[in-house]
Amino acid sequence: MAIARDNAASLFAEGGASTLRLILYLAGAITLMVLDHRADYLQRLRRAANVVIEPTYRLAGLPAQVARATRDAVVSQNQLADENRSLREQLLLAQARLNRLDALLAQNERLKALLDAQHDLGLAVQFAHLIDVDLDPFRHRVVLDVGADQGARVGQPIIDARGIMGQLVEVLPATSVAMLITDPTHAIPVVVERTGLRAIAYGSGATDRLELRDIPRSADIKEGDRLITSGLGGRFPAGFPVGIVATVGIDANGLFTTATARPSAALDRSGEVLLLQDQPQPYGPPATLGGAAAPAAAPAAATAEGP
Amino acid sequence: MSRLRLQAWLVTATMLAAFALQLMPLPPLAEPFKPYWIGLLVVYWAMETPERMGLGRAFALGLCADILVGQLLGEQAMRLLVLAFIVLRFRARLRFFPLGQQALAVLALLLNDRVVTLMIRGFAGEPMPPPAFWIAPLTGTLAWPLLFVALDRLRLRQRSAD
Repeated sequence: MAIARDNAASLFAEGGASTLRLILYLAGAITLMVLDHRADYLQRLRRAANVVIEPTYRLAGLPAQVARATRDAVVSQNQLADENRSLREQLLLAQARLNRLDALLAQNERLKALLDAQHDLGLAVQFAHLIDVDLDPFRHRVVLDVGADQGARVGQPIIDARGIMGQLVEVLPATSVAMLITDPTHAIPVVVERTGLRAIAYGSGATDRLELRDIPRSADIKEGDRLITSGLGGRFPAGFPVGIVATVGIDANGLFTTATARPSAALDRSGEVLLLQDQPQPYGPPATLGGAAAPAAAPAAATAEGP
Repeated sequence: MSRLRLQAWLVTATMLAAFALQLMPLPPLAEPFKPYWIGLLVVYWAMETPERMGLGRAFALGLCADILVGQLLGEQAMRLLVLAFIVLRFRARLRFFPLGQQALAVLALLLNDRVVTLMIRGFAGEPMPPPAFWIAPLTGTLAWPLLFVALDRLRLRQRSAD
């Protein structure tokens, strides 16, 4: 209290920092947070404020973009840089196709007769650039330069030449925010390519690590195993590389095997990404009985999405 | 009158710069080292010109920051509110601390801010951030003397220009 009186007696004092006002504002902040946590007002507010948000993102991303552009100019001539870029885009597409083909071949070997011709080998994708904006170093989110106007939808998987990067979690008219697979709140259903073992890869919060928990002790998994998406959950299409198992250990209780994996995608280096357009095959029993199939698919979708 | 307007302009401009700095990306390795620029600026203006940075302003700035980058509406509003309140309360002392001691006080403020953040995110059900989470207050402390001297110069020049 002595401090308060001291402050009030000082020359330039004003009653701006009274405890009552603090309490009022704190209550306001807490109310907002609770409301937002329950009903996600922030997303709606951001969508309404996108006129301001999007230019700000682009402005803040400008220096990084300029830096990249000047580097290109110094390294080679303009024309070469352009050609290089277009080639890189083509390569990205080609590699994504190849990856898909590889996985399908492996699948073909395992399930020879069962694989029918329903699989569409064509890959409907959309090209997107990352906008270099730092939302929060401890949340693995990136901003892309495509939005609802370009047909982006929440939940679309994003990939780069080497594998799955993440999924869109928020779409504004001309930009969108994607969550990377290494975000601590993200989880993606995977399958070990060698053995067909199913698991869930959780983000660890580090850009070079995914965590696989609660694998049965008897399961066959070892270092160097390739993890690909299983397609369960209906969010990510099957067969895309996710990571490579780096370490295998036993959890604290000694009941389960745990493993860590290195993501295949260049999460911290990719400047260009692909948005997958085709919806993955619906998962679960066909929805013949009205809405009866929906509850069965919901938990799996929830795991894919993360909490 | 024009001095006041100039000052208001300076506060706005520096806050906008802080928002831009906060959004600007760093190389991935350097990212945890990025100071909480918005917080530092709020501390500075609350300390120097409390009539321009009361609790209401801090709250409003926090809401802007939340809309711009946040995940939870009100998170940064609360953080900046707490920062501004502590500074305004102890302003009479903080102002006359030597720069080094002031930097230490800022370290305490920023660490407290981290604790507040952790609490909020904990309640929101987010997992614990990695240890690198605690680096930013240290770099913020190192940045404080530079920021303080630079902004004081700016204000001095503005005052002498009058």
